Formats: sequence, C-alpha cells, structure tokens
Amino acid sequence: MKGIDLIVQALPLLLRGLAISLEISGLVVALALVAGVLLGAALVYGPLLLRLPIRGFVDLIRGIPMLVLIFFVYYVGPAAGLDLGSFPAAVLALTLFSTAQVAEIVRGALSSIHHGQMEAARAIGMTFPQCLAWVILPQAARRFLPPWINSVTDAVKGSALVSLVGIVDLMQSIQQVIGRTYRPMPFYLLGAVIYFAINYTLSSASRRLEARFADVRE
Amino acid sequence: MPYQLNFTLVWLHFGRLAWGLLLSLELAVLAIFAGTVLGLALALAHVSGGRAVRTAVAAYVECIRNVPLLLLVYLVFYGIPTVIDLRYNAVTSFVVTLSLYAAAYLVEVFRAGLLAVAKGLTDAGKAIGLTAWQRLWHVRLPVMLRIVLPSLSNTFVSLFKDTSVASVLAVPELTYGAQWINFNTFRIIEVYLVVTPMYVVTGYVILGLLRRLERRLAIR
Amino acid sequence: MTDPLVRMVGVTKSFGATKVLDGVDLDVNCGEVVTIIGPSGSGKTTLLRCVNALETYDAGSIRIDGQEVGFRDGPGHRPRRDRELARIRVETGMVFQLFYLFPHLTAVENVMLGLRKVRRMGRVAAREKALHWLDRVGLAARADHLPSQLSGGQQQRVGIARAVAMDPKILLLDEVTSALDPELVGEVLAVVRKLAEEGMTMLVVTHEMGFAREVSDRVVFMDGGRVQIAGAPNEVLRNPSNDRLRAFLARVG
Repeated sequence: MKGIDLIVQALPLLLRGLAISLEISGLVVALALVAGVLLGAALVYGPLLLRLPIRGFVDLIRGIPMLVLIFFVYYVGPAAGLDLGSFPAAVLALTLFSTAQVAEIVRGALSSIHHGQMEAARAIGMTFPQCLAWVILPQAARRFLPPWINSVTDAVKGSALVSLVGIVDLMQSIQQVIGRTYRPMPFYLLGAVIYFAINYTLSSASRRLEARFADVRE
Repeated sequence: MPYQLNFTLVWLHFGRLAWGLLLSLELAVLAIFAGTVLGLALALAHVSGGRAVRTAVAAYVECIRNVPLLLLVYLVFYGIPTVIDLRYNAVTSFVVTLSLYAAAYLVEVFRAGLLAVAKGLTDAGKAIGLTAWQRLWHVRLPVMLRIVLPSLSNTFVSLFKDTSVASVLAVPELTYGAQWINFNTFRIIEVYLVVTPMYVVTGYVILGLLRRLERRLAIR
Repeated sequence: MTDPLVRMVGVTKSFGATKVLDGVDLDVNCGEVVTIIGPSGSGKTTLLRCVNALETYDAGSIRIDGQEVGFRDGPGHRPRRDRELARIRVETGMVFQLFYLFPHLTAVENVMLGLRKVRRMGRVAAREKALHWLDRVGLAARADHLPSQLSGGQQQRVGIARAVAMDPKILLLDEVTSALDPELVGEVLAVVRKLAEEGMTMLVVTHEMGFAREVSDRVVFMDGGRVQIAGAPNEVLRNPSNDRLRAFLARVG
C-alpha cells in the first residue's frame, strides 16, 4: 500500500490519539497553573513552616525523571488498594511534575521583583492582596509568561510518556499503527510534525513575548 | 488488605539498581560529551556563519527541541534502520539520540555564552596579533566555558534524568531495573522508595561537584 | 628627512550616517610621543583603533613604515583580511581603557600568550621575557596572580607589559587611565612616562592634561572628526589661539 494511503487510513486513529494527548496536556497545564501559582507564592511570601515542606516537595519532584514519577503513580495505586485508573493516574503524575516546575517559575518571577515595590505599595496603604494584584503580579507576569509557556511545551512533550502506561495517546496510536503496517518512518515523522506544530507555535509565542517584554526597561 | 512494606526482595535485586545507576551515568556522560562537541560546532557556525547556516542550525534546534524525546528514541531505533542500511544496538541508538537531543539544547547555551564574551577581549587578542582561530581557541572559548558552566551543570543533570527513557528500549539502566523489580516482586512502593533518593541524591552530587569545578576555574 | 613611522592622510570614516573621521592628517615619527586630546565624539579613539585595524576606515591612507594598514596593495580598494591584519597588528601594541586582560590567565600568562602564539617563542624564553617586562612595570611579585586578584592600576600595568613585550614599533594608548580610581592613575602614568623616556614611539589618547604637557613631543587637538590644531605642547596648551580648544581646555582644566 502506498505511503499516503496508509496515512489516510490511519488518520482517524491518530486523530483520536491526538485528542487524548491534547486533553491530558490541557488538564495538566490548567491544574499545574493553579497549584503552581499557589505554591510559588507561598515559597516567596509564606512562613518558614510552609516554605520548607513546599521546597522539599518541589526539589524532590524535580530531582526524579518524569517517567519514574509516572510509573510510580500508576503502579502504586492498585498496590496500596487505591484504584485510580490509568487516565487519572497519568494526569496526576504529569500534574505533580508540572506543578513543581510552575512553582519554581512563579518563585523566580515574584522574587525578582525588588522588595522596594512591596514597601512602596504598603506605604500608600495597600493590603497584601492589593499589593499582589496591582503592583507585584503585573510586573511579575512579564518574567513569568515566557518560561511558563516553555513549561507548557514540556507538559505536551511529557504527555507522550503516558503511552507507556497503556493510555492510547498520540504516541501510542502511532505505535499501534506501526504495529499493523510495519512502516515506522512515515508515522514517526508524521507524529514529529504534529508535536512540532504544537510546540513550535507555543515556543515562538514565548520568544515573541520575551522580545516584547525586553523593551520595557525597569 | 493493607500494604506491608518489605524491602528484602528489593535488596536481593539491588545489583540491578546499582549497575543501572552506573549505566545511567555512563549514558549521560557520553551524551553530554558528544552533545557538547556537536553543540559547540553548531553554535560557532551560527555565530560566525551566513544566513543559510544560521537558518540550518535554528531548524535543527527547533526540530529536536519541540519533539518528545520518546518519539526521537523510537524514530532512531525502529525507524532509521528501515530506510538506511544501518544496524545498531539499543545502547548505541539511545546514546546517539540523547547526544543529538543534548546538542540541540547546548547550542543555545553556547551561543549565549559566546555572545557574552566581552568584545574588548577579542580586541585585546587582535591587538597582540592573534589570528581568528587563535582568538577563538585561546580567548573566546576558555572565557565562554567559564561563563556557561552553571547552565552546563543544569543541562547535565537534566540529561541524567532523561536517561530513564532508555528503559523503553530495554536498556538496563536505573528505571529499567526499578521496573524489572516491580514486575517480578510487586514491591512497587519499596523499589521506588529506594530509586527516588538514588536519582535525587545523584543529581545533587553531580551539581555539587560541578559547582566545585566552577569555583576552582573562577579563582584557580 | 626620514619618513614618519606612521603617516595618516585624509582618513575618513562614517558609522552609518554619522561622519566620525572627516579627513584626518597626522604623522608620528620614530621615537615621538604624540598625544591626541579633544571632546568625546571627536573621533580620537576611532582614529587610534584604525591604526591597528580594530576599526576599518572608508577613505584615506594609514601607513605604518610604508605599509598600508587597511587595504591591500594594487588596484581596487580591497580591504585586508584577518590573517594579513594579524601580521600588521604584531607591529602595533595597544593598551585599552578597560584593560581587557584575559581573565582566565595569570598576569605572566597574559603577557606570554602573544609571545608564544604570535612571536612563536618557546615556553621558557617567553616566560623569561614576560617576567622581565612585568618587572619593568613593577609587578614581578604578582606574576602568578589572576586579573581578578589585581587592582585596576596593577591590571593596567599588566596590560602595558602585554603590549610592550611584543616589541611593537608603536604603542597605542586609549585613555588608559580614564577607568582608574584617582590614586591609581599615578602609577600607570609613571610607567608610560618611563617608556617614553626610553624612546618608545607612542600615540596617546588621554584626558590627562598634565601628561600631555610634560611627556608629549606633540599635542594634537581633534574636534568634529578633524585635526584642529597640532604643535608642541607649549604652543598648543599654554596660549590656545583656537576658540574651540580654549573652550575645551576651560572645561577640562
């Protein structure tokens, strides 16, 4: 069968896999954003009792490979009597990893704001939440967005690893199609193109943002 | 039925973990060496080359960096031998893949480093009559390497963690060892309680050693 | 009359739309110390950097011992390539305002690099010569120190040793004391003065009027990319006839 016919035949399967990949990535990014911002803010403004365990958590997660985290979360559930299901387990593992990343990014962005800004905001009578909302976060956003977009591409790339715990994402559908057609190259290349399209769009946006923000001299 | 922690089976097979860790380190070291050579060459080409060269290097970097490592690993191991008459084993395939992957990240590091070398130092090199090649070898590269050492250290630890992907090719590194013990003893919690600190501590040790190297090179 | 060591005729250069050098004529004779003074933007540093081809010039001629610096002999205005320039630069020595010592090399290694790689000296001979020059600038005791372990004045003196050890025909000094703390300026000027007294040919860009007055054979005032006035220090500095020079000296003091 000609290459192009194979691809056309395989397309529905691949698109279903892509949908799963996007669903996983989307969930992970959203959850990690919320959790990461909270943890990151706590790392900068929280009391020592809060900062230490969060620091430990972040360093621990970032010190192990993503694959190890995925395997652990996937296999530990049933063993401990808790049946999570492969999809939630995968999402949980990826979210933990991404949260740790986002927390670091948030920490970096917030602590790069000179403490004089907080002092000046306090001096005009703002409460802590007001300082954050109107003074700190607008400035921190500039230093947060480009690296955060990179963490999004990391999440998309990391989602490919869930194919190893039985989830039929894009990566696994490619493997299945190759298993049936014995023609690896066209499909690996197609998969590469798809991942590239998604991530390149994201990273170009990140670069453009970085360039835009660089114009604003502080 | 509550899970009972039982480490004996893990210790029985600890050799797989220990040797696996060693293999992971070996893979990482090979990849970073090859990746540095390639990455440096590409960075130099980018900095001093014309538009065609710059576009080619940028294309390489973008293609590698935007695709999951897992896909690259499969592509090189399963895909390439079907189009080119080349035979290689899993370890070679993985090292090549990880090296290409490392080079793509290192190009950026080296490029930024080269640009960060003060122009005045190249001028000083010119002033004493050094040729372009001499300036590169005796002035720009030594200064650049000292500038980028922190980024290099972080990249090395990253690559060390990325060696876990080799487990999909049945390369007997640390993650493969952990999964083997998992499948054969069902001691999932215990094995990962052992493997996690192995990864984390090794990462810290690597960083610590490289920080020491940084300090020695800076003051000498 | 012997030809001047360096002869500059009609040197012109623009950076984009800005004309930085507008037809500069200047000669430096063997053994002479010529000091260039003038307001910032007058092109003095650019001119200096043209002499050792760190900058290119668009038109005019700069010849060192008869050899054109920027362009190859023969028809067509063909700029010289890096390899040829490297050979020409061996004949000139430059000391920079910001020192630009190689941070990864010790003082003696900084001086040795050119001796070994360009003059092709062996390691023992190069080290000997480097130590000799470090001693001449008063830093023999600091030979094995890194630049980060030296004060500004000491770094600059190493910079002078690095340039002079190459036995250049002419030494180019680009505001070598401007980046130094006041108390360190003296030690550097003392070294330069000693070299001048020993007959080193120098082209100096400086703000140090005292130096210009006491050590130079000739003072050149540049403004707006041209040589406005040139002559013996006494003529030029004591009773300036030129208005712009008078205004400049009043500002600088």
